[in-house]
This record gives sequence, structure tokens and C-alpha cells, in this order.
Amino acid sequence: MAARDQHGPGAPWPEEGAPELAATNRSSAEGFRAVGQSMRKLEGLDKATGAAVYADDIKLPGMLHAKTLRSPHCHARIVRIDASKALALSGVHAVITGADLPTKYGVIPWTQDEHALALDKVRFIGDEVAAVAAIDEDTANAALKLIEVEYELLGAWLDPAESRQNQLTDERPAIHEGHKHGNISKRVELEFGDVEAAFEAADVVLENDFYFHSSTHAAIEPHCAVARESADGLLTLWSSTQITHYVQREVSRVLGVPQSRLRVIQPNLGGAFGGKSDPFSLEFVVCKLAQLTGRPVKMLWTREEVFYAHRGRHAMNMRYKSGVTKDGKLTGVSADILIDGGSYSSFGLVTTYYSGQLLTGPYDFPAYRFDSTRVFTNKPPCGPKRGHGSVQPRFAFEVQLDELSEAIGMDPIDLRRVNDVGEHTETVNGQRVTSNGFAACLDAVEEQSAWKERRGKLPAGHGLGVAGSMYISGTNYPIYPNDMPQAGIQLKVDRSGLVTAFTGGNDIGQGSSSVVRTVICEELGVDSADVRVVAADTDLCPVDLGAYSSRVTFMVGNATIDACRNLRKLICRGVAEEWGIDPSRVFLGRGEVFDTENRGNPKRNITTRRAFEIAEARCDTLGSTGSYNTPKLGGDYRGGSIGASPAYSFTAHVVEVLVDERTGMITVPNVWVAHDCGRALNPMLVAGQMEGSAYMGIVEALFEDHKVNRFGLHAGPSLLDYPLATSVDCPDLHALIVESIDPEGPYGAKEAGEGPLHPALPALSNAIFDAVGIRLRKLPFTPGKVLAALDEKRAREAASAEEAPSC
Amino acid sequence: MLRLPTFELHKPTTVAAALEAAAASGPATRFVAGGTDLLPNLKHEMIEADHLVSLAGIESLRGIRLDGDDLVIGPMTSLTDVASSELVQERAPALAQAAGVVAGPQHRNQGTLGGNVMLDTRCQWINQSYFWRSALGFCLKKDGTECHVIEGGKRCVAAVSNDSIAPLYTVGAKLVFQSLATPEMIAAGAPEGVQTRPVPVDALFKADGAYNKKVGLQELLTEIRIPALPAGHRGSYQKLRLRGSIDFPQLGIAARLDLDEAGVIVHADVVAIVVAARPVRVKKAPDQLVGQTPGTPGFEAALAELCDLATRSVKALPNIPGDTEWRQRMVPVLIEDAIRACV
Ligand SMILES: Cc1cc2nc3c(=O)[nH]c(=O)nc-3n(C[C@H](O)[C@H](O)[C@H](O)COP(=O)(O)OP(=O)(O)OC[C@H]3O[C@@H](n4cnc5c(N)ncnc54)[C@H](O)[C@@H]3O)c2cc1C
Ligand code: SF4
Repeated sequence: MAARDQHGPGAPWPEEGAPELAATNRSSAEGFRAVGQSMRKLEGLDKATGAAVYADDIKLPGMLHAKTLRSPHCHARIVRIDASKALALSGVHAVITGADLPTKYGVIPWTQDEHALALDKVRFIGDEVAAVAAIDEDTANAALKLIEVEYELLGAWLDPAESRQNQLTDERPAIHEGHKHGNISKRVELEFGDVEAAFEAADVVLENDFYFHSSTHAAIEPHCAVARESADGLLTLWSSTQITHYVQREVSRVLGVPQSRLRVIQPNLGGAFGGKSDPFSLEFVVCKLAQLTGRPVKMLWTREEVFYAHRGRHAMNMRYKSGVTKDGKLTGVSADILIDGGSYSSFGLVTTYYSGQLLTGPYDFPAYRFDSTRVFTNKPPCGPKRGHGSVQPRFAFEVQLDELSEAIGMDPIDLRRVNDVGEHTETVNGQRVTSNGFAACLDAVEEQSAWKERRGKLPAGHGLGVAGSMYISGTNYPIYPNDMPQAGIQLKVDRSGLVTAFTGGNDIGQGSSSVVRTVICEELGVDSADVRVVAADTDLCPVDLGAYSSRVTFMVGNATIDACRNLRKLICRGVAEEWGIDPSRVFLGRGEVFDTENRGNPKRNITTRRAFEIAEARCDTLGSTGSYNTPKLGGDYRGGSIGASPAYSFTAHVVEVLVDERTGMITVPNVWVAHDCGRALNPMLVAGQMEGSAYMGIVEALFEDHKVNRFGLHAGPSLLDYPLATSVDCPDLHALIVESIDPEGPYGAKEAGEGPLHPALPALSNAIFDAVGIRLRKLPFTPGKVLAALDEKRAREAASAEEAPSC
Repeated sequence: MLRLPTFELHKPTTVAAALEAAAASGPATRFVAGGTDLLPNLKHEMIEADHLVSLAGIESLRGIRLDGDDLVIGPMTSLTDVASSELVQERAPALAQAAGVVAGPQHRNQGTLGGNVMLDTRCQWINQSYFWRSALGFCLKKDGTECHVIEGGKRCVAAVSNDSIAPLYTVGAKLVFQSLATPEMIAAGAPEGVQTRPVPVDALFKADGAYNKKVGLQELLTEIRIPALPAGHRGSYQKLRLRGSIDFPQLGIAARLDLDEAGVIVHADVVAIVVAARPVRVKKAPDQLVGQTPGTPGFEAALAELCDLATRSVKALPNIPGDTEWRQRMVPVLIEDAIRACV
């Protein structure tokens, strides 16, 4: 298993003629054939031409359509449900309610508090109450209107500060009655080093309040699930999920169907961004309805329903205090964070840890404490969105760093350089850092943005801002404790020349299957057209934990290398036997197979396909497995392994901004994104992730706002009211790939999917300061807020002009 | 996806047949042009219609032409065609600008000028699904009894949001409607058959967001007529929105200045939309600007004064989504921009 036998950066064969290359310092192209090539995504053409099959494209004979009845109240007890009229409607096959699926579930085993359909209580407007299966969507919708539900209304918790105070009454009980801590979902307090002493030792200490609003993923494909039960009781579930494995576990548990008789398949996915990494109501519901009706059942959510399902970015109220010496050295950081979790736990336990645990790089500071509290409110549940739990603290801290650099008169890039934690070291909270390209990231954005020539020197209204960040490449802690591999893969090869990989990895558009293909091309020397990847089908593929925490390239990539090397052994053995030589003499790669000591002999210089034939004849049917598990990581304290990653990625952004002082409107002409992804296995995919991340961050700051209004109702659950930037509003994004070649990543690779988002928001705030001299600490940056801050600044300046002694 | 309710679709090819189909199908009938406003409203169950009369097959309703001194635009002309028409750009520049900033490019290809003129009002509490509206107990405009914008309000103040309407006000457009005489009309002395009635655009609206027009649902808009304007006519339309595309206006200002040969302003008009249920004309505009010469200190002072005065009559309400205070603050800014774009 990989990790215990880490693969690191090298290619499997000896470099011809070249001296033994040092493990690090290899350029992408060096020695590689497929790694470092910008190959088109496996499914790219199918998606572009409309041929790709998504969950909603699945149409099965006799298929019924299901719809969900949702709660119009944000906090209420269910007194009575009467579905008799709905059931009597012609074309309706089944109606189910909470009582049909009474088992609680949730992605984190310790905090399972969800029901597929509300059992006794509803907790937000949009909470699921009942479901109908009918011959078509219109009939199902008509049936929903016939279901009678009587509610007993309860007082609503909409303000997280009130939830924290936790003053429960009979009229306004806890959202999860019976929860040990009332409305407190999770609290984490950790301290490393002596923070008070650190502030004493500082020349400047700043303390400020920050606010990060909630935002959602807005993947273009709404959630959809289809289930079918075969005559012999085998259940198949097709779902737009990014966690096939956990869905299989939870659906199996709730429905009481053994995992071996429940097949979960993820078809092509139209985006996820963390919004499809919980098990969702519809997955349980279609399975149950398929069982009850004996027909295949599909449920496709409307955009509005996707907004209610949410699991998006948690709103956070954050107070940060940091100290710095006049030389720019950080002495200590303290944070108090209130996290608005919405109505269910989802990944909240992890979010609460991440809000503190992931801040301890790329900067080194000797003392750190945080106190994070996640509370329940009667709002759509929050969860993981790209940069889970750490985008919000990162925003606050990087703005504070800018303020510190201003206070001590140091260039903000230099301040970040001074505090760079460096490589092969440990952070204040005990996280092991291996490769680190942060310094190179800072250099790249500084140079490309012409920072030195322009920052602080641009005309009024025009500015540049910088920020940095660090993020995980997977974590060493599987969501449920177990000793099995975190990523497994299986390969099949035969005389046709085709290599088929079976991976549990969820390709959610980020390109994980394409990474598998690149690795196979590299290791086995085959052409990319001769590789198929079968992914995320629990009947066919070995277990992988899913697409979250930016773990896939690192873990699945390493597992693929592992499997390929096992296969190489077989093939080389077969060929060596055929040629009567030692297997170590067989070169297999780059499309050729030859005897390294007798290359001139044409009989010993064959194609890969021929080598497969020989091996199949001599070694039996060809196949191999491979897997990956992280080494033991993390600090030696409770929660010390949460946020511990086998490798960290690093990012720096410079954002350029134009602020219109008359209208308060902000335009972002350019964002330079430098990201250390270890090694870019496929630079085009890496750049795509970097651009997409930066776009997402900027748009979150300027346009998006997952707002709940005074009724407890989502303020605008549509893509008209919840604005995403169109191509007209999109900045020019400059992806600057930095390669630090990680010693444990596949060929040195780390993540690129989430890290590059983080600095976008603080760098934007810092650029606005450079442009017009206002500090925006509360997101989103609406024109109204900009104008208010400008008013305040003018008033301040006028007041200080008055105070100033006249000469 | 939200489902469209079921309805019967009529596809007439003449105006007369369209009017007959509408009359025969009763009150739950709507004309449908591009459908970009009507279909979402049907999906939201904000409008209920058993019959839709499609105007797509009626050739006579399409096109841009001159009729004597009048510029005549058929209501089925797409917004893209209106925006790119040289005739419109020359004779009513503000209208061409407004048509060019409605929604996004696809909407402008599909959406029509007639549909834009007849657009329903908009409000953050109404343009949502039936389920969403049910969660707040509905509102006055549809299915409910309360207004969530004005507490205790008895009249809907949903915002007039059609970009084209402000410029049409400033150019003094006439809208020609045709309908079949109803039995009541005939009893009152009207002849049988198709009735034609021209309505000056500024007489079209009433201050009721529930239905803000003074023409009935059975009346078909057949022509948008723009009278000849003097050689020194200038027009501009300024639209406030967060994104550079797609969004409905958060505020719209059309300005018109006619200059004489000496460059003196002889006619001035400023009209605001998206504040209330009907467009708001800034009545002080002619008082302030007529007689001024752009570029002079007098003009600058008059413009500043106008912008200031306008904030008293143009009052943004928290009807549409977004920051009301900001919209209000942008009133003088957009007026200034609109006037400056004319000179
Ligand atoms: C995402 C989105 C963004 C939008 N943004 C904007 C925007 O920025 N600005 C804006 O102004 N609009 C906007 N719209 C609304 C709409 O697209 C435009 O107003 C468009 O011009 C409507 O024209 P249509 O032909 O599609 O009208 P339809 O939807 O066909 O009709 C609209 C209304 O007019 C009536 N009608 C149509 N033709 C006639 C006629 N000849 N006689 C009598 N009644 C008639 C219909 O019965 C209906 O009530 C947007 C719509 C969407 C979906
Ligand atoms: S203004 Fe809005 S809330 Fe009030 S009645 Fe009209 S649509 Fe409803």
C-alpha cells in the first residue's frame, strides 16, 4: 500500500544516460511522457457536445417521478399528516413520510441528526416532510398540494448570537431537542504557546471584528437521483453525488439493505464544489419509493430546492487579534469565532475544527489560540464549500496582516515573506509541512502584477492587494475510523492493448479520472486513447472515500501509481521470461518495451501491446490493485489529526481593483493567482482549477449572498436573485503554476482544487484599501457598503483636519 | 426544473384571429410574445392562464418602418433588432440603448419590444415560486391580503421594471391597441368588430402594482409609434444593476434634451423607473434645464440643482431585491450621467 511505500516524485524507470536525478528539483517535462502534458479531460468532448449522460438523462422503463413536500415554517412540530387525498389521486403510486424512514443519518458518524423526511419536527423553511411518487412530475406536484399537514409553530432561532446564548423556553425550544448542548452544535477551544505573552512581546497589536456571509455552491446541475430495485431485491441508485461511498453506507443503514445489495453509481456530474458531499434526502427517498412501488423512481430538484439543501459556506462572525514586531515578525494570533451552522450538523464538527486548525500556515507564529463555536439556527444547513471552514478565517487574518504591515510601514508582500513557515517543518499546532512553494508564489504574483512599480502608486480608485494561504491535500482522518485504504484502485489489461482502471474516485468535473489516465499513460507507456476509466460505481470499483478535502489527486494518484507498479512487475516478468533475461533489464514506458542491455536487437524492442500479449500468455489474466493510506499525522491532542494533511498546497494572489467613488461599484480587471500544486500532472486542469477558484472567491465577495429574510425564508432562491458573475463581469485570471515537487505526492503533486480560492477575498479587500483607503472587514462588498465606508473616511479626515493645529 | 402549468395554445396568423381567440377563451387568457416574462410568471403560479394566444405567427406585428413622420415599431420586433436598428438609433437613441441592456443577449433575441412595454411589475416578495410565496402567507398582488413592502399598505407598489418604457416616455410615444368590441361596448354605442385606440405612453400606467396598466388583458398592442423629433434631439438611458448582464434594472433613468441650432436646450425630460408601480417623471427637469446651454456654468448649476430636487420626487421603495438606500443614492448620480450623456 502506498504511503507506507511512498511514491514521491520520480518516474519508475531509470533515466537513460542521465545520472541518478535528485528526488527534488526536477522540471515537469523532465523524464516524463504524460505527466506535465495538458491533456483534454476524459469526458471533455462528451460534455461539450451534449453527449454526456447526467443523472437526469437516465430514463428507465416504467419510471415514476417523485417530488418532495417541504415545510413552509422554519421551526414547528408536526402534529398530523394526512396523505389520503394525495394517495387517492389517479397516477399516484406512493406517498411516504418521516415514519417510513425513521433512522437518523449524517455524513459524520458522531453527529447524525438528519431524517430523510421530518419525523416530528421541521427546522427550516424547505425542510423535507413527505414525498410522492407518481406517473409524471405534474401528477406528483398536484398530489403534494393534497397532503394535509398540521403544524404547531415554535419560536424561530435566526440570529446565531441568540442561539449561542441558548435561552431555551417551551415556546422556543432547542432546534435539536435532546442535543446535549442545546443550540450549540460544536465548540472547539485550543491554545498553543503563550498568546498573552506574545502580545506583550509585540510592537503592534491589532484587534478587529470581521464578518463572512454565507454563500452557496451554485453548481449548474441540480441534485438528481434515480433508483431501481430488481426483481431479486438488488437496489441500484444513480445519484449526482461526490461521495458514492458514504451514500452507500448511509442509504444501506437507513433502508436496512446490506451494502452488498446496494449499488451506487455517480453518472457525469455538472459541478459540486462541496454541495454534493452529504447524503441527501432524495437519495433515501427514491430508494424507498422504488422498493415500495416496484418501479424505478427519479427525483430531480428544482433550483429552489437546491438552495434549501444548501450545505454552503458558513457565515462567521470573527474577532481576530494579532501582534507583530516592528521587523514584521508575527508574535501571536488569537481568534474568537461564531459560526452560523443552520439547522443540521452536516460536516459542522469538522468545520468548527477547520476554522481554527487550518490557519497555522503559510506563516509561522509561535503562539496561537482559537475558540470557535458553531450554533444551530432555523436556516438551510451549512456545510462544506470549496475551501471548507478555512476561507472565512483566512479572509479575516489576511486583512489583519495587511493592516499590520501598514501599521509598521512594511510592504505587505515582504511581511508575508518574513513570516513564511518554510519547508520540512512543523506548524504551531503540530501539523507537518513538507514541500512549500509559498515564497515562489509571492515572487510570481509580485512580478506579474508589477507590484513594486504600481502598488501604492496608482491613481485614486485604482489599487492592488495581496494575500496568501495554505490548504490541505486530503486529511489523514477518514470520516469513520477504520484501518482500510482511503483510496483503492484496480487495473485490468489485456491483449487488446487497452488498460481499464476501476476507481472509486468521484470525478465531479475537477478531472480526477483524467489524473488516473495521466498516471497510467506515464507508468505503462500507453497512449491516452488506450485508457478507460470506470469511476464511482460501487459494484465495479474499489472503495475511495470521495471527492472532498482536496484528497483525490494526492490519494487516488498515489493509489494508481501503486497499482501500475504492481502491474509493471507482472508485465516485465512475462517479457523477461520470454527473452530469458532478468526483469530488471526490461524497460517499459513511453510506448516502448526493450531490453536495456540489448536495445539494438529488434526482437527485443516491441510495442506495449505486444508486451501485454506476452505477459497475458505467461502470467495469466492481467490485473492489479493499488491503494493509498496516509501516514500517521497530526498533533498529539484531541482534534490534532483534524486538518493534518500529508501535504499542503500554497497560494498567493494579487488582485487589481477599480473602485468608482460615485457609485461604490467595484470592478476587478485582473487577478494573478500563483499556486504551489507540487507538480502539475496536467497543467491545463491545474490552471482551470486555479482560475475557477479565483473566480469563485471574487464573485462570493462581490455578488453572492445566501441571505435568509425576516420570515426565515431564503431571500431569493434562484439564479436571478442569487447573482453569479457572468462572463462580462469576470476578471482576467492569470494562473501562475508553482511546482515545489512534494516528496510524497504522486510524482510530487498536491492539490489545486480549493486552495487557490482562499486569498481572493482578502486580496480584494486589501486592494480596495490601496485604491480608496477604506478597510472592508465585512463581506460582501456591496456598493452601498463601499459608499458608507467612504463617507466614514471623509468624516474622519474632516474631523482630524479640524483637530490638527493650524500653522 | 419548475414545471409549466398546462394551457391551451392558440396560434393565429392575423391580428383579427388573435383578438377572436382571446375573446373566445375568456378572462384567463394571455397574449404571449417572446414569453420571457410570461413563462416564468406562469411557472411561479403568479399568473394563471388556461389559454395562451401566441403572437409569433402574426407577421404584421413585426418590423421597424417609417409611416409619414412617425417611426413605427411592431410589438413583435425583438429587442436585439430594436437595439441594432439604425432608424431607432438615429430617431430615438435612448430607446435603442435601453433595448440593448435588457436582460442578457439570449433574452433580447427572444424577448420583444411589445412584451417589454407590457411587462408585469416586479417585487422581491412576488417573483418567486408558489411554495415560497405560501411560506410568507402570499401578498396583495396574488393570493394574499397583505403587502410586505409597506406595512398595512392597501395597494401593491411592485416596481415597473421595463427598461424600454422610460425612453418611450421621453420621446412621447403612442401605443396603438386593438381589441374586439365587447357586448358592453356595443351597447354603449361602439361599432362591432375590431376597435383601435391609441394611448399616449404616459397615460398607460396607473399606480397599482397588482396590474399597473389602464388597458385590459384583451387589448392587443399592435404598434409603438414614435413621432418625429427635432434635429437637435438627444437621448440617453442609464441603468443601475450589479452585474454587467442579465439583471433587471434596480433603477432606470431616461433623459431627453432637444437643443436648438445655437446649442440652447429647448426641451428637457427626465423619467425614472423601478421606483414605484409606474414611471415617475421628474417634473422639475424642464424648469431647470430649458434655456440653459450645456458647457456653461449656468447649466452646471441647473444640473446640480435638478439632481438635488429629483431626490425628493424619485423615491425608491424596498420593493425589488437589493439595497434600497443605495438605489436612492444613485438617483442623482444616474440623472447626472443621463443628462451628461446627452450633451
Ligand atoms: C433573467 C431575466 C432577466 C430579465 N431582465 C430584464 C431587464 O433587464 N429589463 C427588462 O425590461 N426586462 C427583463 N426581463 C423581462 C423580459 O425578458 C423582457 O421584458 C422582454 O422584453 C419581455 O418580452 P417578451 O416578448 O418575452 O414578453 P412576454 O413574456 O411574451 O410577455 C410579457 C407580457 O406582455 C404581454 N404582451 C406581450 N405582447 C403583447 C402585445 N402585443 N399586446 C398586449 N400584451 C402583450 C404578455 O401577455 C405578458 O403579460 C428579464 C427576464 C428574464 C427571464
Ligand atoms: S408591493 Fe410586493 S409585497 Fe406588496 S403587494 Fe405588491 S408584490 Fe406584494
